[in-house]
Amino acid sequence: MEITLRALITLVHGMLFGAFFLMAVSGLVVEIYRSAHAEQPSALTAKGYSLERLYLIGMVGLGWAAVLTGAYLIYPWYRAVPPTGVTDLALYPRFLLKSSATTAGWHDLGMEWKEHIAWIAPIAITMVAYVMTKYRLSIREHPQVRTSVLVFALVAFGAAGVAGFFGAMLNKYAPVNGGPTIHLKGKSQ
Amino acid sequence: MNPLQPQGEERPATLRRDHLPNGPAGAAILSAGAGCLALGILAVVADASKPMARLLTFYRPTGPLSGVSSLAILLWLVTWFILARRWRTKTVAIAKVNAVAFLLLALGVLLTFPPFADFLQGK
Repeated sequence: MEITLRALITLVHGMLFGAFFLMAVSGLVVEIYRSAHAEQPSALTAKGYSLERLYLIGMVGLGWAAVLTGAYLIYPWYRAVPPTGVTDLALYPRFLLKSSATTAGWHDLGMEWKEHIAWIAPIAITMVAYVMTKYRLSIREHPQVRTSVLVFALVAFGAAGVAGFFGAMLNKYAPVNGGPTIHLKGKSQ
Repeated sequence: MNPLQPQGEERPATLRRDHLPNGPAGAAILSAGAGCLALGILAVVADASKPMARLLTFYRPTGPLSGVSSLAILLWLVTWFILARRWRTKTVAIAKVNAVAFLLLALGVLLTFPPFADFLQGK
């Protein structure tokens, strides 16, 4: 059982940073919506507020980690140009996708959209985390601020969802591979 | 409870109810919308013009995306910083701020959508 370094980093990018970001944002959306309909504001202990802040910081960190690893580690491998004469495009996912009319759309729509919309998620969620932290005790006094926070959180979820979906599909049709092989289990060949 | 004791002193500082003006929230919300719009505009510009794409290539392996994302983040943070300083103690018309921020956000999302960006470029 082996995995290449590039495949492992892609896994960390998508399954750790991206997927956990989506889960964290979905939890936050539920909490914002729930708090909007609570009769009594839920007061937390000092430790409770610390944990809440940790959750928000972790969520923001996951969002930025996902886009930064995507743009600066994986994307360069994805868009690498094959040297002249190379016919096996397995290590050049962008060119592999564009080499066939049946897969070109995954690049032209999928990657072209994913590479940009993904950045909206951490920008939006950083704002959400800031407002949630700063107004943690008085958000009920600012219902329109809460509405805005909810909308931006939903858009962040949608943006990350689009990026995640196309990331998964791109990796299905043209996986990012290469680099040193990491042996995980069993006999290596 | 001691009636002479000012309210709020019984709780730790971190738990006191804070009466904040909505200015700082408005600054954060509006600047986030502006950052998203900047991202969308820069993405279209880099896609439409080869010289701009070259100019926005801050890091060659990542290509124009490096400049598009870096500049959008920079614009977002600068806008946030300026608005936060101006609205630090102010109460702003948050309904208008929200409306503008949602519009900027929607335009930003729309401009990242390749078929729409292609339509704008007449492709």
